[in-house]
Amino acid sequence: MITLTMNGTAVRVEKGSTLLEAAQFYGFPIPTLCHMEGLSPYGACRLCVVEIGDGTRSRLVSSCTYPAQEGLIVRTASARVVRTRKMILELLLGSCPQSKTIQDLAAAHDVRQQRFRQEYEDCILCGRCVRVCEEQMMAKAIGFRGRGENRSLGTPFDIKSDVCRLCGACIYVCPACQLRCSYTEPEEAICGGCANLSPPCIQTNKFDDLMCYLNPCAACEIVPR
Amino acid sequence: MKTRMNPEDIFRIVDKYDGRHGAIISILEDIQAEYHFLPREALKIVASRTGRSLVDICALATFYRSFSLEPRGRHMVSVCMGTACHVRKSPDVLKDFEQHLGVRAGETTGDKEFSLSTVNCLGACALGPVTVIDGEYYRNVKKGDVASILEHACRAENILKMTDDERIFAVSVSCPNCNRSLMTHEHLMDGYPMVRVTASFRRKHGWVRLSSLYGDYRIESEYDIPRGAVVHFFCPSCHAELRSGRLCADCDAPMIVLLVRGGGTVQFCSRRGCKEHMLDLVGEETTGS
Repeated sequence: MITLTMNGTAVRVEKGSTLLEAAQFYGFPIPTLCHMEGLSPYGACRLCVVEIGDGTRSRLVSSCTYPAQEGLIVRTASARVVRTRKMILELLLGSCPQSKTIQDLAAAHDVRQQRFRQEYEDCILCGRCVRVCEEQMMAKAIGFRGRGENRSLGTPFDIKSDVCRLCGACIYVCPACQLRCSYTEPEEAICGGCANLSPPCIQTNKFDDLMCYLNPCAACEIVPR
Repeated sequence: MKTRMNPEDIFRIVDKYDGRHGAIISILEDIQAEYHFLPREALKIVASRTGRSLVDICALATFYRSFSLEPRGRHMVSVCMGTACHVRKSPDVLKDFEQHLGVRAGETTGDKEFSLSTVNCLGACALGPVTVIDGEYYRNVKKGDVASILEHACRAENILKMTDDERIFAVSVSCPNCNRSLMTHEHLMDGYPMVRVTASFRRKHGWVRLSSLYGDYRIESEYDIPRGAVVHFFCPSCHAELRSGRLCADCDAPMIVLLVRGGGTVQFCSRRGCKEHMLDLVGEETTGS
């Protein structure tokens, strides 16, 4: 067992576990996006950043990939961490404004507006689909191609892969393309409907046009239909 | 350039590394050296032969700039996009090149004449915007200069077009491995551009220029080549040996092969003084591509 300090509390975790696992076990909330139980840690989205170390030696690390060490001082919600997380969320929103998962996370972390140019990428390169295909489905049909700006995801040569069984696991785990935010103008504002009790259907009054994914829906409880 | 992929070649390359896990980049480099690009089928063979997944191999092949999944053209056009060139409007120059060649950066024209690519800095920022075509630097390139630069780059071929005597014809050749043009406009023989290759014989290594006129045996070389010496020819761009695999019918020396522009190959004997040669203009059609 390893003893470390997390948010001022001494916690004991098993050797080999990550900071994220330790925080989750002790109930410190850390938002995650590319992390998924059953898949290897990847550290792509950086949303799970925590601050380790002391004073001027402190630095930010992704908690999903950082192993717990004896005597480590960890802060999961310091001002620096919160500020960084907000920025990461804004950047993620910039690349994928339509994703309900990211919209919800942004609303929950007090991001109120879109500051960056919208890219409509529909992919944040979190690697969930690649890992689920390789580690759970044992197929390895999709992977990353290229690098830097031109990094993209897909089957080799963009043709149907021989090893793909069309299981759909990659779509199921995708945080960007699985669910669309039902708000009508996600590119202009953060809807936050699912997180802050002001769902879009109240503001727009167009129930019929909305494909509502809110679950549980706050609006349906407030407004009598 | 070898247009058809031979699975046996790929097997040989893969087996050379006896299934070592870290050898995958070396394998891809060897295939690239053989074909000057990575054919899809070759990657599939590498995947099945090494037991690695095709996804991993594609990730590697697309990650490194030195690998290409498409065949490259005879002339390599590199437009500098470094910071200094960028602020001097090199994106406009690139756009103009793209318009003139009808391809985007990173692509090759349909007739395999030009490959257009961008580079991030050539280290010649004072000359910017810089464009390099076949190792020749063009400085202060402006938007309107592109047509004349392209004209200038293939002037060796343009001189050849002006042949009016039908009894004498010159061939424009390129390397069968990398498809780079071997014609040099700096040295002329009877007003025709010469073929520039590197050659080695009896532990000497230097340049050799051949007359491009078909049936003309005049050469210029760095070292005197005695009659009867068998010479190994190499491409100055990719350093591949220009051997056809055939032996001379007269003297059993290896034959040298060069690609002829417009399809086909020309072969000649590597022994100095032996006049065996052949021109195979339909070679491309019969082997298929």
